[in-house]
Formats: sequence, C-alpha cells, structure tokens
Amino acid sequence: MKTYVIIGGGVAAVGCAEGIRSVDTSSRVIIIAGERRPAYYRPMISYYLEGKTDFEKMEYRPAGFYEENKIELICDAAVSLDSASHTVTLSGGDTIRYDAVCVATGSRPFVPPMEGLDGVTCKTGFLTEEDACALEKAVTCDSRVFIVGAGLIGLKCAEGLCGRVGSITVCDLAPRVLSSILDDTAAGIMQKKLEEHGIRFLLGDTVSRFDRDTAHMKSGVDIGFDVLVLAVGVRANVSLVADAGGLVGRGIVVDERMRTTLDSVFAAGDCAEAADISSGSRRVMAIMPNAVLGGRCAGINMAGGSASFDNAVPMNAIGFFGLHALTAGSYDGEMYEERGDGTLRRLYVKDGMLSGFMLIGSVERAGIYTSLIRNQIPLETVDFEELRRLPSMRGFSPEYRREHMEGWK
Amino acid sequence: MKHVVVHEEWCLGCHLCEYNCAYANSGIKGMAKALKGKRVFPRIRVEDGNGDGKNNITFAVSCRHCHDPICAKSCISGALTVRDGAVTIDRSRCVGCYTCILVCPYGAIYTDGEGAVIKCELCLSNQAGSPACVAGCPNRALTLEETD
Ligand SMILES: Cc1cc2nc3c(=O)[nH]c(=O)nc-3n(C[C@H](O)[C@H](O)[C@H](O)COP(=O)(O)OP(=O)(O)OC[C@H]3O[C@@H](n4cnc5c(N)ncnc54)[C@H](O)[C@@H]3O)c2cc1C
Repeated sequence: MKTYVIIGGGVAAVGCAEGIRSVDTSSRVIIIAGERRPAYYRPMISYYLEGKTDFEKMEYRPAGFYEENKIELICDAAVSLDSASHTVTLSGGDTIRYDAVCVATGSRPFVPPMEGLDGVTCKTGFLTEEDACALEKAVTCDSRVFIVGAGLIGLKCAEGLCGRVGSITVCDLAPRVLSSILDDTAAGIMQKKLEEHGIRFLLGDTVSRFDRDTAHMKSGVDIGFDVLVLAVGVRANVSLVADAGGLVGRGIVVDERMRTTLDSVFAAGDCAEAADISSGSRRVMAIMPNAVLGGRCAGINMAGGSASFDNAVPMNAIGFFGLHALTAGSYDGEMYEERGDGTLRRLYVKDGMLSGFMLIGSVERAGIYTSLIRNQIPLETVDFEELRRLPSMRGFSPEYRREHMEGWK
Repeated sequence: MKHVVVHEEWCLGCHLCEYNCAYANSGIKGMAKALKGKRVFPRIRVEDGNGDGKNNITFAVSCRHCHDPICAKSCISGALTVRDGAVTIDRSRCVGCYTCILVCPYGAIYTDGEGAVIKCELCLSNQAGSPACVAGCPNRALTLEETD
C-alpha cells in the first residue's frame, strides 16, 4: 500500500487529498496540518469579524469528511523533507515515509524590520482564524485600530472591523490602495468608498518608528493606536522544498502537473509559483481557485492519474461595502476604457487576445472575459466589438456555444 | 439528472422564461402580486443584443450545471456546492464576494440586488418544483432533457 503525504492543512491540501481519492481509494493519505482547525474558508475571516459567518459555516468540509475519506489528519508542523529517502520529519522528531508528497504550506505574513515593533503590546497579523479571534478579543467599540498595509488583506480587515471599533487608520508605502491589482484611477474609486465609511488613509507613507502605542510616520505625522494590524504582505512558505534542494523563486516552482524539481515532490496553492498564461511569466497566484484546482491536479498525478493545470491566471474579486472590483490577467497591450459614475471598465488586448481586465462597479458576467483570457481565445473568432461593450455569449459563434456550453443545441 | 437544454434557433426572444423564473423563485403566490411593479432578478437571462439589429440570434442563458463547476471550486464561503449533479447556492452563506461572477465562463451567475448572487437551481426547491422556464417556453426553445 502506498502512502501519500500532504503538508499543510488548507484548501490546496484538501483539494490534493480529494484528487488522490478520485484515483486511489485505498492507499494511505496523511495530511500534516499546521493550524488548530482543519481546513476552513480562509477568506471568511473578515466576514467573521463583521458577524456574517461563524466557525461552523467556515469549515471547508463537513465534520465527517476526513474519516469518510480515510484521510489521516496530523496536527503538527513538518520541519524537513528529504527527497532522497522519501521522508518528512515532524516537529516532534517523528518521520513519515512517503511514496509521493505534496507541499501545500501556503504563506506567512511578511513583517519588515520596524524600529520599536517589539515594544507594541497589542499587535496581530490577519491571515488565520486565530488572528481573527485575537483581534476580536483585542478590540472594543472605541479602539483605535492602525493597519499597516492597504492591500487586499489589510483592507478586508478594515472592512471587517468597521462599525465595531472607534477608528481605523490604514497606511501604505504605495501611493494608492490595492496597489498590486489597481492603478491610481481605479484605486481612487475604491478608496473613496472606504473613506465614506470612515476609514482613514495615510498613503505613500510608512512607519519610521513605534513608540509603544504611537506610530511615528515618515511624513512626520504621529498616529496613536490601541491595536496594530500588520498586513504588509505575505511570503510563500518554500523552505521545506528549498532546503531539500528544490528550485524555488518567490514560490516553489512547479510545472503544469504541479511537480516540483524534486522527485515525487509536488506543490500547490499559495506556496507555489506556476506559469501565468496571461503574461507568460511565472508567478505566485495566491487565490482560492488556483489553490483548489492546483491541489486537485497534484493529487491526481501523485496517485498515478494524469491531470494538468495549465490555465492559471491571476484574478481577484474584491469588494468593500457593496462596491466591487473584478480583475484578471495582465494589464498589458492596447487598452479599451469606459468610465461611468463610480464605474470603470478596462480591457487590455495584446497579440490578438484579451490579456487582462479591470472592472469596477459594473461587473456583471465578468467571467466571460476571464474565459477569453484563460482559454486564450483569438479575438478574431469572436465579435469583440460587442463583447467589449458588455460581456455576452452572443459575441461568440454558435459553434463555440454548442461546443463549450453543456446542454446547448 | 435532467437539465435545461437551450435550442437557440427556436428562441423567439420573448423573455417569458425570465418572468416565469422570477415568479417561481419569488415564494409569492400569484404572478402579478409577485412581479408587478418590482424589479425582477431572474436566474435566466435572454440575450437579444437589445435590438442592435446586428443579427437576429436570441437565446436564454442560465447555469449549465457544469460537470466540473469552477464556480463551486472558487467559492470562498462554501455557498456554492454540487448536489446530485446540480450546482446549488446556499444564500445564507453567500457573502457577495462575486468570485463566481469572475469565473463563470458563461456569465450565468447574477447579482441579486441585495448583495448576494443568484443562479439557476433547476427549480428543485422552489414553488415550481421543476424548471419553470421550460414549462412556460412557448416555442420549445428550452427543454428538459437527460444529459450525460
Ligand atoms: C483575509 C484574506 C482574504 C482573502 N480573500 C480571498 C478572496 O476573496 N478570494 C480568493 O480567491 N482568495 C482569497 N484569499 C486567499 C486564499 O485564502 C488563499 O489563496 C488560500 O487559502 C490558499 O490555500 P492554500 O491551501 O494554498 O494555503 P493556506 O490556506 O495558507 O493553507 C496552508 C496551511 O499550511 C499550514 N502549514 C504551513 N507550513 C506548514 C508546515 N511546515 N507543516 C504543516 N503545516 C504547515 C499553514 O498553517 C496553513 O494552515 C484571502 C486570504 C486572506 C488571508
């Protein structure tokens, strides 16, 4: 009987276990999970703070899932991987031999060195349910919350806390919010929405020094706070593979079958970097769909099946207080733009294909654009004049619809 | 499992399916009471190019209940799941992140006007009991068929 080991207990790990079980129902499947709860919908932690969900609803799989699928869950951390002897060593010193292993370790907060940070008593990151619980405990209705980082995670945290604390201030070194996915115009629209809800911003500014409960900013401003949230960024957890001699960049390098450069070692999810078909380069695409699909693909291949995941694209659906920004691909090539009252639609065309888009406010049916990117559909085969204005299936040929849409005649 | 099959050459573009859908999902008895004067959010939508006159193709798009639904795999809240071959939505879990709108290749998941999303659930659990769009289609452009 074979033994498949999966390191990391998130959604990529579960996707992997399900992939293995779709091919092989009898071999041993072991998940080594580093958190106190089995896999949960991580993006829900901000909605938890808002009171829109609870931990039961957040569970990624129902209670009996692991037992029913004969998945052994070990709550521990893997500390090393030896690809020559096919073993994983746990923090307690135990080793497990594997036939194939998948590294699905996700990412951890990146905290740049900041003077005086050690002296801040009440601080947390915002990546785990444990962080959300800590934050919930720490805040009162008049807490002053200071969030360092105006990216997706920092702003989701701000939205989650809005209305249950006294004030929220967010700072970022970048001159705009969501700087990795939006440009100045688009970011400005989102920022305005957040400001309408009382969230204050200090952009293009950074902390030069903490003095207990005061942040002295580079700009000279002093910010007093009760609770500090560090949401500067994340780093992929690559060390298990890197230390074992595998190739890593910003993430663990994988091919379209989710194989690393080490024998019988696979990787998936936020810890991995794969080809982004919209730009042709390799990237970490840290989003749920890629984690689930990549994990499943790895699992199928580990168990001797055949699968590939070769159409990953970076994409994001993010919204605050009812204003949504949907983006995908790369913002490269010729741009088509349409601006309305609080809405922005931008499409980017390169080499006869849609390479990316950015939609704010008016987002209906955006997935049709995403599929143009993912499936690398030449725009000469569709009515792009029509599609540019509004996504529709009419913009495609009847043959395309019949071929791709289930139940279509 | 029976699914709604679209015969696009038979679609008249009459939009009846939209009204039947909205009514079936309204939970209100009496079509007029359910729909009159209200903004409706049907889970099936007719594409007719708003009379752009470019071509006379019209058809109705609703969830295709894909075998391997990327919407369910991408859902960040667990609201979208596959049950007996149908992609269903638990609206009490939906937080309105619109990830599904971002990934559905056919644009078959719609916003509901209240911050969550709606999609075709084949009328399995509403007052119609079986697809109201099919039952009311005057030209058999929508049929209920066993698909594999
Ligand atoms: C606040 C927030 C909002 C988000 N919103 C969205 C969104 O709207 N849409 C979207 O698509 N994505 C969103 N994401 C991203 C999404 O959560 C991730 O892409 C997804 O969780 C990645 O899954 P994963 O399994 O690869 O990694 P993770 O979920 O990070 O899981 C990895 C697990 O591995 C464990 N681990 C690490 N090292 C070890 C070790 N050595 N041994 C054992 N276990 C280990 C970790 O403790 C962790 O539990 C959000 C993330 C956050 C934090």
